[in-house]
Amino acid sequence: MAERFDAVVVGAGPAGAAAALVLARAGRSVCLLERGPFPGSKNLYGGVIYPRVLDALLPRWWEDLPVERWVTRRTTMALTRTQAVSVDFRTTAWGSAPYNGATALRPRLDAWLAAKAEAAGAILVCSTTATGLLTDERTGAVRGVRVDRPGGDIEAGVVIACDGVNALLAKEAGCAGAPDPANFTLGVKEVLAMDPGEIDRRFAVAREEGADLEILGCTGDVPGGGFLYTNRDSLAIGLVLRLPELAASGCRPEELLADLKAHPGIRPLVAGGELVEYGAHLIPEAGWDMMPKLATAGMMIAGDAAAMCFATGIWLEGVNFAIGSGAAAGETAVEALASSDTSESGLAGYRRRLEASFVLRDHKKFRKAHRLLLSERVQRRYPEFACNLVEQLFTVDNPEPKPGLISLARREARRSGLRLRHLVRDAADGLRSFG
Amino acid sequence: MTRSAGAAGSTGSTEISFEDRMATTEFRVAPEAHITVSGDACRGCTTKACVSVCPAGLFVTTSDKGVLFNYEQCFECGACYLVCNTAGAIIWNYPEGGAGVVFRRS
Repeated sequence: MAERFDAVVVGAGPAGAAAALVLARAGRSVCLLERGPFPGSKNLYGGVIYPRVLDALLPRWWEDLPVERWVTRRTTMALTRTQAVSVDFRTTAWGSAPYNGATALRPRLDAWLAAKAEAAGAILVCSTTATGLLTDERTGAVRGVRVDRPGGDIEAGVVIACDGVNALLAKEAGCAGAPDPANFTLGVKEVLAMDPGEIDRRFAVAREEGADLEILGCTGDVPGGGFLYTNRDSLAIGLVLRLPELAASGCRPEELLADLKAHPGIRPLVAGGELVEYGAHLIPEAGWDMMPKLATAGMMIAGDAAAMCFATGIWLEGVNFAIGSGAAAGETAVEALASSDTSESGLAGYRRRLEASFVLRDHKKFRKAHRLLLSERVQRRYPEFACNLVEQLFTVDNPEPKPGLISLARREARRSGLRLRHLVRDAADGLRSFG
Repeated sequence: MTRSAGAAGSTGSTEISFEDRMATTEFRVAPEAHITVSGDACRGCTTKACVSVCPAGLFVTTSDKGVLFNYEQCFECGACYLVCNTAGAIIWNYPEGGAGVVFRRS
């Protein structure tokens, strides 16, 4: 005898927990399935979150959100093997409510949000993997999920698939085609334990406050980028590497990461940190370009499973897009259940909601950004150009007189293989991508 | 398993051994493998992309040009099946509920 709920949400990450929270608050019976032993146990990210998306769902969320440090310093670095040029920004505005970004650990963050859904009445079931979909024999509509527990069928009026980047349920439902590896990056990350006072000193931040460093030019021949974030008593350092080029390079991800840690601009920040956890996770890098069909009869797809991760270089976000999409799926489910129409057209409000919110507006507007960011010039030539230009600008080699800025820039551009037509084309691309 | 240092484009110096690196992460090993790799299908593969991309280093080339796979320390990321160009060589699923990787500081 199968269990039955109004809704079953697969995956208790930020998308799933937000969907379950919305449904439970509307008085609907909702089962929140998690295959790990606790929410967040399967999830790995950089990790900075931008929690303002919670303003409506959980007012004054900052009072109990499990934050490591509030980000008040954001640095963008471009590296060559021997040089580093940084744009370093800090503001006190991000250090008090409602804040901006925060570092957080997923096992604590995801468990916190799932607990909010539970408190509203959702039934959280951990250590349970959804192994497939139950579908109506006649119409093909999704009507529940099969799980790997005895008597393992859970029937539901609507299924919300928040099962992560591999999107196994979306594929089974025919909402996603064969994946293109070029749309994915592999994130690898080390967590390095360090005394909180030492972190304060190395990153020049006050206690409770933290730094977010995004790094370009640190991934060898593989398009990607690096990051270094401050947790309370640990650092998170990692790389994001596009899959086909990583495979073709023959480079090992942990060795590329070791190169970053050994860089003269990074080593002083991380030296002595003790490795306490190593992990990896895929990122649906291409966003808009790789999104599946978001709803089919009886089912909606949210979070990374729907490629909602927002990786555009200037902005690197994901958890907020997961929460935004999960909440929209929850609202749509409430509406569809009330009108007893969970057909594909009954769930069409999901896409409309996303299109009206930042979730798809941002994705659509900046859909070209990932291609520009991962292009050879942005990956390699511009960092080299910027580093050499600054080095030449500030190298005092008397008795030689100083060169003029324009002739210096021309010379360094030529040395980095940059032509005027490249600059014009990339500036135009940049305007189209980010303007 | 020991890793050869110095792949192309990387100086490859890691300060701890690969075993010690993997030992920092918790894995609850399921009785059955969640991923199966067909050694026969892999023998004809010239790229063996899974061997270099798997962040847990779970794929190893054998002397007869096959691929040996161990599921026990899998991050469940999915990189292997995405880069695999041999149809049917990797059958990929999640482990049973409660099993597999357990991140605690991610």
